[in-house]
Amino acid sequence: MNILVCISQVPDTTTKITVADNGNSINPQGVKFILNPYDEYTIEEGLQLREKLGGTVTAITVGNVSSQEILRTALAMGVDEAVHVLSDSKDAFSVANDIVDAAKALSIDLILFGRQSIDFDSFQMASTVAGLLEQPIVTMVSSLTISGTSVSTERDVEGGKEVVETSLPCVISVQKGINSPRYPKLPDIMKAKKRTIIERSSVNVASRVSTVSIELPSSKRAGIILGDSDADISELVRLLHEESKVI
Amino acid sequence: MSTILVVLESQGSNLRRASLEAITAAKSVSSSVIGVAFNLSEQTLSVAGEYGLAKVSNVTNAEVSSYSTVAYAKAITEVANSSNASTIIFSATAHGKELAPYVAVLFNAGYASDCIALDNASGQITAKRPIYAGKAVETITISTEKKVFSLRPNIFTATKAPTSLTVESKNVSISVGTTSTVKNTIRNEGKLDVLEADIIVSGGRGLKAPEHFHLVEELASAFGGAVGASRAVVDAGWRPHGEQVGQTGKTVSPNLYVACGISGAVQHLAGMSSSKVIVAINKDKDAPIFKVADYGLVGDVFDILPKLTAKLQSIK
Ligand SMILES: Cc1cc2nc3c(=O)[nH]c(=O)nc-3n(C[C@H](O)[C@H](O)[C@H](O)COP(=O)(O)OP(=O)(O)OC[C@H]3O[C@@H](n4cnc5c(N)ncnc54)[C@H](O)[C@@H]3O)c2cc1C
Ligand SMILES: Nc1ncnc2c1ncn2[C@@H]1O[C@H](COP(=O)(O)O)[C@@H](O)[C@H]1O
Repeated sequence: MNILVCISQVPDTTTKITVADNGNSINPQGVKFILNPYDEYTIEEGLQLREKLGGTVTAITVGNVSSQEILRTALAMGVDEAVHVLSDSKDAFSVANDIVDAAKALSIDLILFGRQSIDFDSFQMASTVAGLLEQPIVTMVSSLTISGTSVSTERDVEGGKEVVETSLPCVISVQKGINSPRYPKLPDIMKAKKRTIIERSSVNVASRVSTVSIELPSSKRAGIILGDSDADISELVRLLHEESKVI
Repeated sequence: MSTILVVLESQGSNLRRASLEAITAAKSVSSSVIGVAFNLSEQTLSVAGEYGLAKVSNVTNAEVSSYSTVAYAKAITEVANSSNASTIIFSATAHGKELAPYVAVLFNAGYASDCIALDNASGQITAKRPIYAGKAVETITISTEKKVFSLRPNIFTATKAPTSLTVESKNVSISVGTTSTVKNTIRNEGKLDVLEADIIVSGGRGLKAPEHFHLVEELASAFGGAVGASRAVVDAGWRPHGEQVGQTGKTVSPNLYVACGISGAVQHLAGMSSSKVIVAINKDKDAPIFKVADYGLVGDVFDILPKLTAKLQSIK
């Protein structure tokens, strides 16, 4: 079985965000870029499936030159190959087309994604790729079992879980709880630095959405801070009842 | 005005409130709004008329007798095309978030996910959505002629606008190859899910130990709400993963969110900062959670929670 694990590079969530002068992007200075935390589960799931079922695991990212760094992490964790598609596009549709192009070239049976990227939280790459390939998709998967071509999953929905069955080839997005990602060992990190990363060019489809502006959210919260006396607790209940009318 | 198709979802025998919100949101940007649903009864759908929908296509094909992404996506696209809709609006529910991008591909449309505002002032729909864990908000436009949006639940207000509703039972011709099928749904028995609750009371590391969470549970039940948790206590195994609120947990926007002994790390805020009213209870007056709170109580959860619970019970 050939597995493709899609990974993205994102700003560390603790980074302070400032809006650039053009008003529609963020200042990259001082921003620390990391492997999207969900994609640690993506890589780990690919590796565990290979350990059980054999085959190959290829990691792919679409991004600028610096995004190669996360491919080194994937190599250090143990993926067989790493593919970099050089692209400056932030448009999910164009990134999805690049992933599909690579998946076809590599005869992929299963494409794994993280639940969402923590920068734009757009939660769409996996379904977009599945749509382009007209393959089945299951998102938010917290348990995955494959035998032969049958795929059995559990995914989170409002109020519980669904057990969803499908078959290969298909697209799956995984989430926290599915596995415990391994930490790469130092010798593997050193070896990964010397590995060749496969370069593919972008298919460059036209983007479909664009950011007009980015603003920092304005807080319109009342911000009434009380103490812990009985009177304060009664006042809180009054505020919730009479002012906010939520109880 | 171009037609908007709203995808309606049910919860038990009722329409999801998020679907009613989507109807109102769609009507705020277009005067021509229709709906699509799968195998719902006239009774269930009648509520859509109360919120101003004049027409719903109720798809009843064998292929869509239970939820399947590929079949649903094809059917929705088919209904949109045959009714000349140019825009499709989903609720950003578990199924909605999975379906919307798939439909966008089949419909040749650009897609904006998890939107918190729609605007049509310039004749071109723009949407706002939170990014970078809610540290910023982007305004985006879709450049393709056809557009797909998903809307974050409980952000838009559903407004009644009664009209007479025509439900059209529809068989769409779709060819579904390999697909996925839902074999079983495991409900969290007897427990209200944070994604379905109007009020959430969450506990964090300030509760000190799992055996103290009864204080959070009792407060939640006094409010008639659900129990949530920070990642710190989920990772420690004190609470189940399904309760985790935040970037790696669930994104919620209840009417009331009460954070007890939670510091307010940015990843926690990402999941709850769009709640209508936020109450923070924390002994550290400088805890970041107070910066997003409408109301705060500075003090010890062990002291405050039982008193607040008793106070709420006394006024019931
Ligand atoms: C990639 C990534 C994703 C993450 N995703 C999430 C997520 O989805 N959800 C999430 O919650 N976190 C997430 N986190 C973790 C987050 O950064 C914080 O570590 C976590 O939210 C802290 O949980 P906490 O507030 O319960 O604990 P702490 O930060 O330890 O805060 C405990 C608070 O309790 C207060 N306190 C202590 N004792 C008392 C008392 N007796 N009475 C009153 N107050 C008291 C303290 O003043 C403190 O403010 C993520 C982190 C990373 C790196
Ligand atoms: N630029 C990218 N290159 C490769 N994979 C990506 C990229 N962006 C997102 N992904 C994948 O898509 C998942 C969901 O991201 P998103 O839909 O952007 O929230 C991530 O967890 C990754 O698996």
